[in-house]
Amino acid sequence: MNAKTASLPETLIEFRDVAFHINDILARVIVSGISLTIPHGETFVLLGRSGSGKTTLLRLINGMLLPTKGEVRVQDRPTAEWDPIRLRRGIGYVIQEAGLFPHFTVAENVALVPTLENWDAPRTAARVQELLHLVGLDPREFAHRRPRELSGGQRQRVGVARALAADPPILLMDEPFGALDPVTRAELQREFSTLARRLGKTIVFVTHDLREAMLLASRIVLLQAGNVVATATPQEFLRLDHPEVRAFTSSLSVPPGAPA
Amino acid sequence: MSPPMSQLSSTWTFFADHRAEILGATLDHLVLVLVAMIIAILIGVPLGMFIVQRPALRTIALGVASIFQTIPSLALFGFLIPIPFIGGIGKRTAIVALVLYALLPILRNTYVGLTGIDPAVLESAEAMGMARSQILFRVRLPLALAVILAGIRTATIITIGVATIAAAIGAGGLGGFIFRGVALVSNALILAGAIPAALLAILADVLLGLLERRLKVT
Repeated sequence: MNAKTASLPETLIEFRDVAFHINDILARVIVSGISLTIPHGETFVLLGRSGSGKTTLLRLINGMLLPTKGEVRVQDRPTAEWDPIRLRRGIGYVIQEAGLFPHFTVAENVALVPTLENWDAPRTAARVQELLHLVGLDPREFAHRRPRELSGGQRQRVGVARALAADPPILLMDEPFGALDPVTRAELQREFSTLARRLGKTIVFVTHDLREAMLLASRIVLLQAGNVVATATPQEFLRLDHPEVRAFTSSLSVPPGAPA
Repeated sequence: MSPPMSQLSSTWTFFADHRAEILGATLDHLVLVLVAMIIAILIGVPLGMFIVQRPALRTIALGVASIFQTIPSLALFGFLIPIPFIGGIGKRTAIVALVLYALLPILRNTYVGLTGIDPAVLESAEAMGMARSQILFRVRLPLALAVILAGIRTATIITIGVATIAAAIGAGGLGGFIFRGVALVSNALILAGAIPAALLAILADVLLGLLERRLKVT
């Protein structure tokens, strides 16, 4: 691991009694009472049903949302005090539809943050090559394609490469494999879990799929209606006695071969 | 010879006899349209970019531009004549009116093009740490270009047509033949204005259509 990463504080992301409201006509509480400490190098999976506040927590980390109460600290500084551009350049972000720029080639998409950071051309080109190899895409075949010429799985691989481009210590992933067919999905999950272990990034991963959480998480955070109801390692999680945990574990317990 | 045939041949003779005059009027017409379109683009595209960031101005700008479109063109030329500085008789007034007509399609398409972009693309642009101006110039604008150009294409075709009426306030162009032809009940004169104007419109449509297809990103 390089010197930059080694000098990072133990706790990379911290939620201190965070709440987020939307002030429409009636103030709507999206998340509240969130306190979480995410140490360096861990993969935290935020698990929950739709609308439980998972994506909101993710967007609070990179300052796309600011807490209405409490504070979110990234590298020991509240997100409200960060220059949002600087904060986000140090945080990789992968979303479900990948959000690749359709007018850029694969190589240009991957090179986005290095270009914004004014890397010189040879360094950027070398980094793009390295990253495409890393996510299992042959640069000779894919570098010059446009996103529309890729399959869903390939687009998602490019999305991961783009997020990793400037070697950010933190990676945020919002159901990155959610829109893929089951076979491609399982393939990417397996590959990504290996990659995550190798890279030693701090990863916050949002999903509603318990299998995915079990495969990738070093810790699972279960959300329900904007609150954290459980934080546990995958092994502990299955033994927790909470109705929402049981709701999720029962979704796993269909034996193979049983009628759906 | 049957009456329509004789009319066709007399029109043809008229065209042949007055080809220098027709060509000159066509060039006049083209200059009128080009000047008006350049001004309309220089106003419409930046204004469209501006109202994307200012929701309060959006309704006003699009509303005012729509009102100009609803005024009958002959009336608009008439309204402008008594206005100081921009009014009077001649090319300048005609250009002002043509710009007002061309504005709405350009403004509206710029706005629609800039806002109709896949939200996932804009979300990742923001999350990657792009500044608002970078998102505008490197993401929104290139992706909106084909839609903006479609607006320019519509505006050009409208302007070529409306510019024939500009002859009513002494701006010259192909409308001169049409007005004289109506007054003298001469089909040949009317066609001498109408055919080149139609050809210009078709040509503009085809050329801008080709450009639009080249700029389209799917």
